[in-house]
Amino acid sequence: MSHKIIVPIGPYHPLQEEPEFFQLYVDGEKVVDIDIIIGYNHRGIEKLSESKHFDQIPFLVERICGICSSSHPYAYVLAVENILGGEQSIVPERALYIRTIIDELQRIHSHLLWLGLTGHFIGYNTIWMWAWKYREPVLDCFEMVTGNRNNYAMFKVGGIRRDVLDEDIPILKKTLDELLKALDLFRGAIADDPVIKSRLKNVGTLTKQQAIDWCVVGPTARASGINIDVRRDEPYGVTDRLDWNVILEKEGDIYCKTMVRILELYESVRIIRQCLDKMTKGPIDADVKDIPPGEGIGRVEAPRGECFHYIKSDGTNRPIRHKIRSPSYMNVASDKVGAVGGTISDATLTLAAVDPCYCCTERVVVINSLDNKKIMNGWDLIKLSQEKTLKIKEHYDGRPK
Amino acid sequence: MDLKTKALLKSIWVFHVSAGSCNNCDIEILDCFTPKFDLERFGIQLIGSVRHADALFITGAMNKKAIPRMKKIYEQAAKPCVVVAIGTCACSQHMFRYSYNVGEPLDKILPVDVYIPGCPPKPEAMIAGIKKLVDKIKRGK
Amino acid sequence: MLRDKIKEKLSDKILAWYETSVKRIYFSVDKKHITETVKILFCDLGLRFITASATDLPSSFEVIYHFSNDPQGEIYSVRVLLEDKLKPEIDSIANLFPGAEWIEREIWEMLGINFKGHPNLKKLLLADDWPEGKYPLRNKQ
Repeated sequence: MSHKIIVPIGPYHPLQEEPEFFQLYVDGEKVVDIDIIIGYNHRGIEKLSESKHFDQIPFLVERICGICSSSHPYAYVLAVENILGGEQSIVPERALYIRTIIDELQRIHSHLLWLGLTGHFIGYNTIWMWAWKYREPVLDCFEMVTGNRNNYAMFKVGGIRRDVLDEDIPILKKTLDELLKALDLFRGAIADDPVIKSRLKNVGTLTKQQAIDWCVVGPTARASGINIDVRRDEPYGVTDRLDWNVILEKEGDIYCKTMVRILELYESVRIIRQCLDKMTKGPIDADVKDIPPGEGIGRVEAPRGECFHYIKSDGTNRPIRHKIRSPSYMNVASDKVGAVGGTISDATLTLAAVDPCYCCTERVVVINSLDNKKIMNGWDLIKLSQEKTLKIKEHYDGRPK
Repeated sequence: MDLKTKALLKSIWVFHVSAGSCNNCDIEILDCFTPKFDLERFGIQLIGSVRHADALFITGAMNKKAIPRMKKIYEQAAKPCVVVAIGTCACSQHMFRYSYNVGEPLDKILPVDVYIPGCPPKPEAMIAGIKKLVDKIKRGK
Repeated sequence: MLRDKIKEKLSDKILAWYETSVKRIYFSVDKKHITETVKILFCDLGLRFITASATDLPSSFEVIYHFSNDPQGEIYSVRVLLEDKLKPEIDSIANLFPGAEWIEREIWEMLGINFKGHPNLKKLLLADDWPEGKYPLRNKQ
C-alpha cells in the first residue's frame, strides 16, 4: 500500500529568494495535494499606511515587492487620483508618458528575471545567466532616469517626481534595440528546443475553468485563455493611445505561460518606443494639495497581473483604510490545483511558473510527511528537476539522426 | 592567521536567508553572481545547505514568523560563521520598525559582523562590504 | 447594460447605489443577501472577483467585495455593514468559488470577522503563537 509522503520545498534555499513553505503530499512520484503556508513576509504594510500621510505612502508601498516595485505605487496613486476625479483629468500629459515608460521597463526586467529563474529550474543555467545579463542594461536605464536600479521613487499623486532628460532618450532607444536581438535568441531557444518543449508542455496545466474559479490574473490567466489585461480593459497612462497587442494562449501549461511572457516582452519594447517618439513636452506634476473625503480604487497591470489598491479617505492627510491586493495573492493560491497531479520533479517548475512574488503575497511553506523525516529539501527538488531535463536530453541526443 | 581562517578567506561559501524582505536585496545578491559582477571569480559561492556556510547573508526586516527559523539556521551553521546584514531592513528595520508583525532588530538577535546599508545596496556596495569583511577577518576577529 | 441587469436581478435587495465615477460603482446590500448577490455577480453574470476589503468604522464593520467587469473595465463594489461589533459575522462565499478562501481567512485574522461556513478558517499570515483576540487592523477605542 503506498503511503503519502510530504516533501518540503523551502524555506531558505538559495534560488528561492523568498522564504516560503510549500507542503507537497506525494504518493510515490505523484503530487496529490499541496498545503500553502505563508506569513514569512508579512510586515503589516496596510496598518503602517494608516499612520503615514498621502505623500509618504508611495515610498512605503514601493517596498512591498522589489520586482514589481513601480506597480504598487502606480496603483496607489491611481486610487487617490480616482478620488480626485481620475488620472487623465489631473496628471499632465508628459507625466502620463513617463509613467507608462517606467511601467513597461519594469515589466521587461521582471519577465527577464523570471525567464532566468525558470531556465535555472529546468537546468539550463546558460539561460539564467544570459537573461540576467540582458537585464542589466535595463537596470542601468532605470539608474539613469530615476537614480536607482530598483525602488524608483517616481510616482506621486498628480504626476511624477523626475523627468526623462532629452539626452537619456537615445540611450534608452539603443538599449531597446539590443534587447530585441536577445529576445529573438530566447524565443528561438524556448520554441525550437525539443528538450525544453517536452519539459514545459503539458506540465502544471491550469484549465480555463480552474483559472476562473481561482480568479487568477496576469500572464497566468492569459496563458489559460482568459482575455484580461488592465492596460486594455481600463487604460491608464497612455496605454489606450498606442498600438500594442494582448498576448493570449490557450492550453494553460508552463510552455504557454513562458511564451506569453516572452511575447509580452516584445510588446513592451513596442510600447516604450512609441512613448519615446510621441512624448510631448510640458510639466510633470499637477501639484495636488488636499485629498477630499471619499473612496478610490486604482489598478495597474503589474508583471504578474492586476495589482489593486483601495483607499478610503476622510479629508485628513492620512487614509482611514488602505487595502492592497497584489496579483500573486490569487495566482499562488491556484497552485493548489496547478501542482496537483504532476510529479515531484515538475513541482518546482510549476510553483515557479505563476511567477510568485511572495513578498507581495507572503510566502508559502511546504511541509512534510507522516514520519516527520525530511526526505528532500528545496535544493534537492531543483536538482531533481534538472536531472529530469538531462534524461530527456539524452533521449533526444541518443536518437538515430 | 590559522589555517581555518585562511581557508575561509580563499573561498567564502555564502548561505542566504530572508527574514521578511521585499526581495530587492535578495535579487541584488543574486545579481552579484551574474556575468556583469561575477563574484564567483573570487571563489565566493551561493550554496544550498547552511552546514557548509562560511557566511550568512541576512536580509529582511525581521518578521516575527521568520525569526525562530533564522535563529535555527544560525545554530546549524558551522562556526566560525560571519553574519552579514544586507540592506537597510536588516541593519535597522527601515520603515517597518513600528509594525505589529516585526520583531527585534537583527543585531539584537545575532552577532552581526558587517552591515551593508542601502535599499537595496548596489552590487558594487555589496562587493565593497565583502572586501571589508575579508580585511576584518585578516586583521583577526 | 450590466448595471441595469444587476439592478433588475437584485431589485429590492439593493439598499443604496452610487457611482463615484464612470467605472466605479458601489452598492450596498444587507448581509443576509450576500451569498445570493455574489452568486448573481460571479456565477450568472460572469464578473471576476478581485478581492474583499474590510474596515473597522466607529459604528460598524464594513466589508466590501470588489468585482471586475473586464470587458468594460468597471469595478462593482458590494458593501455590507456588520452592525454587531461584539460578534461580527457573515456567510462565507468561499463555497461558491475557491478564489475567495484566502481573503476571508485574512479578514478573519486581521479584524476578527467570522465567516460562517468557511471550509478552512485558520490563520493565513500571522504566526501560530499570535495572541488570541488581538486583531491588528482593528482601531483602538
